[in-house]
Amino acid sequence: MTRLLSDSAIERLREAADSPDLAGTRYRLVEKLGQGGMGGVFRVEDTALDRQVALKVISVADPDETSSFRLLQEAHVIAKLEHPGIVPVHDAGLLSDGRPYYTMKLVQGRRLEEHVATVPALSDRLRIFLRICDAVAFAHAHGVLHRDLKPSNVMVGPFGEVLVMDWGLSKLMAEKVENSASSSVDPGPKKPDSSATSFGTVLGTPGYMSPEQSRGESVDQRADVYSLGAILQFLSADLSHVPRALAAIRKQSIAEDRTKRYQTVQDLASDVAHFLDGLPVSAYPEGRLTRAWRWIVRNGVWILLLLAYVAARALLIFFRPR
Amino acid sequence: MNKALLGLILGGILGVFDGLSAWFTPAVRPEILGIVMGSTVKGLIAGVLIGYFARKVNSLALGILFGLGVGLILAYAVAAMQPGPNHYYFEIMLPGGLVGLIVGYVTQRYGRGPQSQPATH
Repeated sequence: MTRLLSDSAIERLREAADSPDLAGTRYRLVEKLGQGGMGGVFRVEDTALDRQVALKVISVADPDETSSFRLLQEAHVIAKLEHPGIVPVHDAGLLSDGRPYYTMKLVQGRRLEEHVATVPALSDRLRIFLRICDAVAFAHAHGVLHRDLKPSNVMVGPFGEVLVMDWGLSKLMAEKVENSASSSVDPGPKKPDSSATSFGTVLGTPGYMSPEQSRGESVDQRADVYSLGAILQFLSADLSHVPRALAAIRKQSIAEDRTKRYQTVQDLASDVAHFLDGLPVSAYPEGRLTRAWRWIVRNGVWILLLLAYVAARALLIFFRPR
Repeated sequence: MNKALLGLILGGILGVFDGLSAWFTPAVRPEILGIVMGSTVKGLIAGVLIGYFARKVNSLALGILFGLGVGLILAYAVAAMQPGPNHYYFEIMLPGGLVGLIVGYVTQRYGRGPQSQPATH
């Protein structure tokens, strides 16, 4: 059969079809930034405020409206999570073709997987990791699970800001749903059958998804702890020597059995912070000798100064003029 | 514990030990009580000055330098006040300088600095 259109022409047509029709909104399309499973992200200009923002919109085909539901839920969840580590949502609405969209701060940075190549020091990488933990712990405190934490969902900005992105698979924790009257996060739009996140449905990214999540079981904050552990593993994967305490932290955070993992993100972050400060970590019990040595290393300078003082005193006593 | 108090306590303790070391010099042993008291007061003064400096200036290098300076100056003053032809400048100023250095380091590394007020809008 003769082809009427070239591949590039077909590609341009596909792009044009995917591009959102922003007529009737305050936004003007600038360029496409990326494409995810659910939809695309575009750089747009907010004509009312004269600034560029990122606009996320679902792909054209969404027959069962699952993606629309997810996108709106994501917008509602992020809008409630005001934290420096979570991209702020500015606006949400419907396009003229009925597709929902939301706009958020345009983050001009690099994905963690690219950024990490420019950060050789383990301590700097761990500081980034702690910032991720901060944002996730904040979300957990507000009853929100991310469920898709991975390096490509973390952006590092030009000024070192760390942002956890893509909350499309986020979900309210069960106990928070029960207490929704007092919960600080409104789950947003309700889908009658809620099949998108029901028991038995597998959503997430292999390699970063907890075993219980990959089995389609119900998950809690320990699933995010697992994903964070996998990110920690990613951050230290190319190091020739991983300290034993850090290896123990990694191992505990990605334990198959979730009862053996850190029970909260704060527990994991606390151990990583202790490791960074040269303090003992809960995942790696130390013997007395190791603890004593650690104390000496931590207090080495003033112990040396004290010894210098004693030595000076001793020298003055024993070599004083007779 | 705030830095000034930490400096005061550490300076006092080191001052006591500094004075007690005079016991190893038989010639001055009868005056050990006065020496210990004088040395303790010197340590307390040095400690509180260095601790106060650490509250105001957050710099390890400057803290150590200031501690060394205060320790040396106070030790120099003590040595200069010694009666008789021998002032023992070296014997008094070496440990005095080291005590100041230790207090300078410790007050920079440890102890609570001034609390800042939370910002509101």
